[in-house]
Amino acid sequence: MAKGMFEDFEILETIRMFQEEHLDVRTITMGISLMDCAAGSADETCRRIYDKICSRAERLVAVGEDISREYGIPIINKRVSVTPISQVAASSRTTDYAVFARALERAADNVGVNFIGGFSALVHKGYTDSDRRLIASIPEALATTEKVCSSVNVATTRTGINMDAVREMGEVIVETARLTADRDALGCAKLVVFANAPEDNPFMAGAFTGSGEPECVINVGVSGPGVVMKALERCPEADFGELADTIKRSAFKITRVGQLVAREASRRLGATFGILDLSLAPTPAVGDSVARILEAMGLERAGAWGTTAALAMLNDAVKKGGTMATSSTGGLSGAFIPVSEDAAMAKAAADGALSIEKLEAMTAVCSLGLDMIVVPGDIPSNSLAGMIADVMAIGMINSKTTGARLIPAYGKKVGEWVKLGGLFGEAPVMAVSQAGNDAFLRRGGRIPAPLQSLTN
Amino acid sequence: MDEKNSHSAFITVIGHDRVGIIAAVSTLLAEAGVNINDISQTILQENFTMIMSVDLSKATLDIKALADRLEAKGRELGLSILIQHADIFHAMHRI
Repeated sequence: MAKGMFEDFEILETIRMFQEEHLDVRTITMGISLMDCAAGSADETCRRIYDKICSRAERLVAVGEDISREYGIPIINKRVSVTPISQVAASSRTTDYAVFARALERAADNVGVNFIGGFSALVHKGYTDSDRRLIASIPEALATTEKVCSSVNVATTRTGINMDAVREMGEVIVETARLTADRDALGCAKLVVFANAPEDNPFMAGAFTGSGEPECVINVGVSGPGVVMKALERCPEADFGELADTIKRSAFKITRVGQLVAREASRRLGATFGILDLSLAPTPAVGDSVARILEAMGLERAGAWGTTAALAMLNDAVKKGGTMATSSTGGLSGAFIPVSEDAAMAKAAADGALSIEKLEAMTAVCSLGLDMIVVPGDIPSNSLAGMIADVMAIGMINSKTTGARLIPAYGKKVGEWVKLGGLFGEAPVMAVSQAGNDAFLRRGGRIPAPLQSLTN
Repeated sequence: MDEKNSHSAFITVIGHDRVGIIAAVSTLLAEAGVNINDISQTILQENFTMIMSVDLSKATLDIKALADRLEAKGRELGLSILIQHADIFHAMHRI
């Protein structure tokens, strides 16, 4: 036709997806290697960390805004992820690692990003001395900063689960909740315990830049639960084959948007084009919910029987459409089911339709773990550790990434709501098993790596 | 793909129909050196919808400045006026 390339409906579809269906680029995350920032003192290390981030990410926010303007694509967050600080700080001869978190915070403030990830340690097989110092500093680091995110990898499929680290992370979460009790345990929303943590994840709170990554890299996370939901609402009678095709077509378009943004951003910033994360990431905004997709598929609420199957199909179809659209996939690439960040998920939990046990089952087939789940403030650290161990086991056995982001709401009981604010949303305190596990966790050591054949 | 379309963009005008919309938008574009390749318009769900394919190769403003002017004109006329680089449509609608 005369316009050369496009039909009117295609142009209007794009505009509708951006303006009405919440399609957006959730994050452009610049990964920066800090390996050359290690120095013999904490002061010098902090100075190098600050200088390097400020110089590498100087134009990140401006470039993101330019791209957003030129293509009409909403780009919600610009972020930075760095080399795990336990590696960068190892030679600094200090025990208080919170100073490095505060250096990261100052750098984030300077370049104008809303989160910076990488106050992290990888201890799936064992601790270095530096890992121990970092983990011990997490509560203070998260209590004295706003933008710094922390993650600890405690398990992999190849090495098993470090149960000493699992037990310790239960204690770290309790202490973080205590130190941020005046903010509804907000510190815990910025702390992820991982199995099989990816080195190129653009999403917070679990983003860090792994040692296999280039000097400076752009990773992009796109999100479009609203687009998928609206597409499904347009075919209420479709069978599962048609449903999967509809999701795949939406995922293709969503991913192509991300690829365009990632390519442009990396070119303009002089950074390597890293990966696109094919995740459906909800936000508390109405219409931007994974739970609503499940409802559009025909489930009355998230948590109804059939939820696990629905999520498995959704996740698989998103990946199939996404891998057709780009060859640069990576990061987490799974369906996110963070309870507090998904208004319909939180409502289902409040009404008793959705339990933690169901969320654990959903994690086994498709998603990324027990994420943004609020538990009673008086939960014993070993109960948290046990929850972490269960989520790690699912990741380890299934060769997938799983994470636990658990929020003990200080002084709150089951059913009370906790408002975390902003993208973190709000959620009710969920009930947890009261049965003890102290003797189990006291054993310590490592759960051995699993067999990878005989997989039934 | 990028090279071929590096100067093409689409302008979308959505809102209530009234006299002089095309004149207002095309005057603004002419002043900015933007060539109009094609215009189509329809009424969609009671909304006037106009899509223009434009060439920015001789434009005196960059696409961001143009977007600002078009938005301001849209506010003046009570319409939504968007300009988007053509690459976004290629990315989403062509394999």
